[in-house]
Amino acid sequence: MKFLPVSDSDRTAMLQAIGVARVEDLFRSLPREVLGSPDLRPPMSEIEIRRSFGELSRRTAGARDTAFFLGAGLYHHYVSAIADQMLYRSEWLTSYTPYQPEVSQGTLQSIFEFQTHIGLLTGLDVANASLYEGASALVEALLMAERLSRGRRRAVLSAGIHPEYRETVRTYFANLDLEIAEVPVGPDGATEAQALAAAVDDRTFAVALQSPNFYGLVEDWKSASAAASGRGAQSIAVVAEAASLALLAPPGEAGIDIACGEAQSLGVPMNNGGPLLGFLACRTAHQRQIPGRLVGETRDAEGRRAFCLTLSTREQHIRREKATSNICTNQGLMALAANVHMSLLGRRGLREVALQSHAKAEYLKERIAGVPGYRIPYGGPTFNEFVVEGPEDARSLLSRLAARGILGGVPLSRYEDGSPRRFVTAVTEMNTKEEMDRLVAALGEAA
Amino acid sequence: MSLEIEERKGEASLGDRLHPEPRHEPLIFERSGAGKVGYSLPPLDVPERLAIPKDRTRADIPGETEVTEVEVARHFTRLSRLNFSIDQGLYPLGSCTMKHNPRTNEEVARLPGFAASHPLAPEEVCQGTLELAWRLEQALIELTGLARVTLQPSAGAQGELAGILMVRAALAKTGNPRRTVLIPDSAHGTNPASAHFAGYKVRELKSNARGTLDLDVLQQAMTEEVAALMLTVPNTLGIFEDRIRDIAEIVHAKGGFLYCDGANFNSFVGVAKPGLMGIDVMHMNLHKTFSTPHGGGGPGSGPVAVVERLVPFLPRPTVERRADGRFALDFDRPDSIGRLRTFLGNYGMFVRALAYIAAYGNRIGDVARGAVLNANYIRAGLQRDYHLKYDAPTLHEIVFSDKRQGERGVHAIDIAKRLMDCGFHPPTIYFPLIVPGALMIEPTETEGKVGLDAFIAAMRSIARECEDDPEIVLRAPHTTPVRRVDEVAAARNLVLRWRPPV
Repeated sequence: MKFLPVSDSDRTAMLQAIGVARVEDLFRSLPREVLGSPDLRPPMSEIEIRRSFGELSRRTAGARDTAFFLGAGLYHHYVSAIADQMLYRSEWLTSYTPYQPEVSQGTLQSIFEFQTHIGLLTGLDVANASLYEGASALVEALLMAERLSRGRRRAVLSAGIHPEYRETVRTYFANLDLEIAEVPVGPDGATEAQALAAAVDDRTFAVALQSPNFYGLVEDWKSASAAASGRGAQSIAVVAEAASLALLAPPGEAGIDIACGEAQSLGVPMNNGGPLLGFLACRTAHQRQIPGRLVGETRDAEGRRAFCLTLSTREQHIRREKATSNICTNQGLMALAANVHMSLLGRRGLREVALQSHAKAEYLKERIAGVPGYRIPYGGPTFNEFVVEGPEDARSLLSRLAARGILGGVPLSRYEDGSPRRFVTAVTEMNTKEEMDRLVAALGEAA
Repeated sequence: MSLEIEERKGEASLGDRLHPEPRHEPLIFERSGAGKVGYSLPPLDVPERLAIPKDRTRADIPGETEVTEVEVARHFTRLSRLNFSIDQGLYPLGSCTMKHNPRTNEEVARLPGFAASHPLAPEEVCQGTLELAWRLEQALIELTGLARVTLQPSAGAQGELAGILMVRAALAKTGNPRRTVLIPDSAHGTNPASAHFAGYKVRELKSNARGTLDLDVLQQAMTEEVAALMLTVPNTLGIFEDRIRDIAEIVHAKGGFLYCDGANFNSFVGVAKPGLMGIDVMHMNLHKTFSTPHGGGGPGSGPVAVVERLVPFLPRPTVERRADGRFALDFDRPDSIGRLRTFLGNYGMFVRALAYIAAYGNRIGDVARGAVLNANYIRAGLQRDYHLKYDAPTLHEIVFSDKRQGERGVHAIDIAKRLMDCGFHPPTIYFPLIVPGALMIEPTETEGKVGLDAFIAAMRSIARECEDDPEIVLRAPHTTPVRRVDEVAAARNLVLRWRPPV
């Protein structure tokens, strides 16, 4: 076996040094009843693995061979070749959590830079070294707010937050004696500031708002920060499409206390939904309650700048059940990919990606609104995603399009009752005008 | 021109660049120069539009980088060289299973059907991805001997939470979710943290003099208010609980569940089956046992295998193979605990793990046999030099302590730092907590005798240094890119990011 470097004669010598006759003797502490070998196929060669996995890959339609308009929290954005190729370097790929800073300065400095990028994009002071993905990042943000409140039990969530995020919050909250109040979106698909403020009471520890929301609408962060401010609650900005951060007003500047969400759009491929890249940022005042790993700057014994993991007394390996989170392994390699991507695109590129995505989405939105039988039910401002209402059941419509190589959107009926003809369509800088025109034509033929 | 000079600052010669000398790499933000670009996009092929109210937009991202691709390539390449990695040598970080990462797996994970696909596409165009997830579940069912597996949890800790939530849901269904989870004092910190986030009180069980669970202690603690015992198998000392079936019986007799932290599955995968041990629920770490890369701290993936009784409570959705052979997601699971994250899980890790399992196939037990052989060889090589608090037979890892060296004023952390000078990543130190000054060594199966011998020689020479010249150990490391890093100062004076000059 090509991954096992102990030769037969080495094994003999090693067994002799250990003082046993056979490797099996080393397993003598296992009772006979628990032993069992697996009924798996014979080992596969590299050629066979390539063949077999290649065949599976061909049976799923990806963004490379379709006109692709799927979003709903997972986006097909530009990733430069170098962002992926950097991940192949052994030093990044085959190292682990930088517990030993003297031999991990690369990872530590990269995380420090990642924390800086997230701070600049969100307008907040402190970001952690990453969380799993957007939904669990929202959970961590809420739990952080709950700790800051010292005893409050109620969270207010806009129903414009991604349904899978809200379902995740329900799973985590189910046994923690925490209550969730959902504020429905208004008839225009956006969260009403007054409704949000009215939902906050003196038991509320957090008010969470997503922008762009699940229906693509750009919300006003100030409606969350105003609802929370002065009432002992934390305002939480949820961002499921992080490319928007380069164009939309940063949460920190709108008085938001905690920003969290999904940073996959910033250099991580869709990966069929994972690995992704959760993020969480907050103000300096609350940095000791932040969950997950943090990298800080310090000095080495000779006074040179160095980096290390810090504030680990918040974490599970020290605090055990009193830790701020149970997270251990996070999304290190994805944070590196995002750091490379954000560094490459930087001040101008991140903005240009956002502007192109927006302009293209506006173009498509207008074209679809002109197709007989279709309408755009929500008139509010959108970033790069919007709801379409068609003349028939969206699932069957989208399935027919898929058969023609067009992945036209995500049906809302996956998540909610009462809107079977609606779907949400996303556009990025990766979409060409020709693809959009093809989608428009196909919708017209379907109608 | 000025750029070139800046880049050369502090990096004198070519020899310097090829030799792993200490070096300083500026932050990428400090490389910025107005007007430099590191990307190119096609010209906009639709009319320019900005249809968002001005007060909800920003005009600029002050402080963000302006650098070229060249600078990015060099910056990240230089940074990478400040890291130690498995590909450079033995990385015996106990409990983390730092084994070789097959590159075929990286390649196949990037096939367009996996890396560039979206889980919300219509099912009929996702048959390949769904089948792969289903196949991985089948393989993990076969390896664990349990009934079903959820692939959703993002990492081991989330798997723990999922597992305990399923236990809680099953108990709640019968009327009483119970109050407490029992956890031995040798457990990973994630266990008590996860039990806490599932709404349970944690009761710690003291290990016996052998380092294993004391059955009398368990018998006493195991009441009808206990939901589960969370047990790491083999435990964090590398010792297999040889009375595992009795343990299961005690837990089951009171209606509780036996949870297995599968972080150490590498020591018995393909040799023994958790299902035969009486285990009811077990998470696995794909990044440990199934060699998906650790990536400087993730991504992980933490599938959870369960017995039949817990199947109704699995997270939503599950992947099902229908009677006609087609694959589909099943959301219609009324007793499900819900979801723990978006989409299906860390799918890219499923691809790599399945490729890894395929490469070994029915010989996968060789992984465990190799890992256990190597750990025991290190044990034999070092037991005269380092104190072994618990001397029961061990499987894939061995926990020594700094007890002897401590008498000379040298502690585990110093030994760890000195190992870096010898070209090895240090073991896990100060864990498990029940071994003061612990040195937790897990060589894994992907190390040959030459590498193990070199590691043993290095550890023995450090032990001699502790006798003869403790100062050299206390001031280590001497050869790393930076000298010993002041972690206390980092926590006292928190600097958690770069800020643009005002």
